[in-house]
Amino acid sequence: MRALKVAALIVFATACGKENANQSSTASSTSTSSGQSVDLTGAGATFPYPLYSKWFSEYANVTGVKINYQSIGSGGGIRQLSEGTVDFGASDSPMSDEEMAKAKGGPILHIPTVLGAVVITYNLPGVNTPIEITPQVIAEIFSGRITKWNDTRITSINPTITLPKSDILVVHRSDGSGTSYIFTDYLTQAVPAWKASVGKGKEVKWPVGLGAKGNEGVAGQVKQTPGSIGYVELAYAKQNKLPIAAVKNRDGKFIIASVPAVTAAAAGVAKTLTPNTDYRISIVNAPGPDSYPISSFTWILVYQHQKDAVKGKKLVDFLNWALTEGEAEAPPLDYAPLPADMASNVRARLKTIDSAGTK
Amino acid sequence: MTAVAAQAAQKDRRRLRVHGADIGDRIYEIVTTACALVVPALVIAIAIAIFAAAWPAFAKLGLSIVTSSDWDVSSGHFGAAPALYGTLVSSAVALIIATPLAIGVAIFLSEFSPLWLRQPIGFLVDLLAAVPSVVYGLWGIFVLVPMLREQVMPFLRDRLHLGATPFFSGPAYGPSMLAAGVVLAIMALPYISAVSREVLMAVPRSQREAALALGATRWEMIRDAVIPYAKSGIVGGIMLGLGRALGETMAVTMVIGNRPEISASLFAPGYTMASLIANEFSEATNDLHLSALMAVGAILFIITLIVNAVARWLVWQVSRGRVS
Repeated sequence: MRALKVAALIVFATACGKENANQSSTASSTSTSSGQSVDLTGAGATFPYPLYSKWFSEYANVTGVKINYQSIGSGGGIRQLSEGTVDFGASDSPMSDEEMAKAKGGPILHIPTVLGAVVITYNLPGVNTPIEITPQVIAEIFSGRITKWNDTRITSINPTITLPKSDILVVHRSDGSGTSYIFTDYLTQAVPAWKASVGKGKEVKWPVGLGAKGNEGVAGQVKQTPGSIGYVELAYAKQNKLPIAAVKNRDGKFIIASVPAVTAAAAGVAKTLTPNTDYRISIVNAPGPDSYPISSFTWILVYQHQKDAVKGKKLVDFLNWALTEGEAEAPPLDYAPLPADMASNVRARLKTIDSAGTK
Repeated sequence: MTAVAAQAAQKDRRRLRVHGADIGDRIYEIVTTACALVVPALVIAIAIAIFAAAWPAFAKLGLSIVTSSDWDVSSGHFGAAPALYGTLVSSAVALIIATPLAIGVAIFLSEFSPLWLRQPIGFLVDLLAAVPSVVYGLWGIFVLVPMLREQVMPFLRDRLHLGATPFFSGPAYGPSMLAAGVVLAIMALPYISAVSREVLMAVPRSQREAALALGATRWEMIRDAVIPYAKSGIVGGIMLGLGRALGETMAVTMVIGNRPEISASLFAPGYTMASLIANEFSEATNDLHLSALMAVGAILFIITLIVNAVARWLVWQVSRGRVS
């Protein structure tokens, strides 16, 4: 009996001790996050998720502000932001005017964060140098008008490479994705015939080929099938060491996708922007001799008029951090940072976010 | 006899209730009744939610959603006929492969297997049901699809000369209706075999002994005395496997090729309704697109209901015809 009492006392004492420890730790965390611990929630694009999750964990370390992000796809991010169930959305393709008009919280700002690129990957056994390819040839392959690898339209641009006689198997994304949007947006702008036939979108009606789910699905299919060609995100291709074709850009140079070539594309377009741009811009087929032509921004979407002043301030603080210190985290993960002057222009735009909705 | 017993039991319960000696029973009754009501309510709630969300698409597109083959999001055409076709065909292929195999396993385990082998084989077959579908998909991409492309498809088409029929013709890319059917067969197999095994084992010993006593060989005994007795249960197992095949999403999406076209050849890529929804839902922002995907979900829901109804009817038919 006595032993039992003692044991109970010990348990009670440890329980109290733990509670105290918990209290002190919460106290310290709230003090670092400037008084209140309001977390931010976001949802959207899967493509920038590896970088965003690194940003969020680092930002939490630096400032104590915790950001919860669900990578459910751009479409889901836009829907949730429109309904006001998240504090910010993220998307690989800009919202349409129609979607913007439906948002329940008023005007939405597009904040470009980093850039991504889409590369052409292929499986040609025995071919060890990167093949070169023009937008016309890409469009004709993906619309089924070039069906053999040794078609003169391909061999004439690659005179030094012996291409096999085999059939071309086109692999495209089956799921709706920003990758497909960037790829078809590029072909739409660079090749008039593509614009008239297939057009652009997160999912389009592909004239030929197999659909595979996700970057990993396309890459897996291409790796498995000799004679196949597909498109995947730059980060994915580089990390998995897939063969990448050099694509002819608007200035006539063949460029192999890389982080600097993607930033160069953004810089080429940045010069043409008006000061009051809303950044819902496409940078595919960008001018400039070093620009990789199949590049795009990815955006964080926020309401211009924040309902909650505290959350609004935290959001702006985070975006400012992302556009300065965050940008440096991008290249190691194969995302291209914004050109420096563009990043500072975007930061100036963050000042237009207010908390007018505060009641 | 049983009716009398049930009546007596009910009387018993009433008497207990009158005496108020069964608070525990009352609580138990309320809890189980609640459980029994919650589940059907859930099914109805899901159906209402899906049909409500699908309504705009049905209203705008009408029957063309099941009759048209044109699925083109950017121009607002949503014809899911290829996905409907693919769901039915891939499941049919799966059942054609899985049913004989599963029943064979079940018969072996219940009739022929030495006791020491029964447990391990049964366990391994059941284990197939525990493998996550994404694992089947990966296995499909890296093992099954290359094997189909390099060995099985050329063999079927050229060596067996099945290429002359429309079902095994055309180029062999690998990802295809056949690949989906094989993966689904493996996934449906444990359901069919587990149920069949249980019902075969439940066949009374006297049934077997009687057949043997009449001079039947072992095979005749199984064919004429055991299987007819277990038929309704086996049909139920097959329907359970079919339900699994109809709704499977991930593994199929990874191996079917996701091409919204109807082709007679099993070598051609196809599409299923579940993969269509899984592929497009997360990036669907346009209202009609979203609603069309919900409509596809609603159609899948209806098909599953029909399959279950047919299964009930079959089991009922079979068991009515049984001499017991």
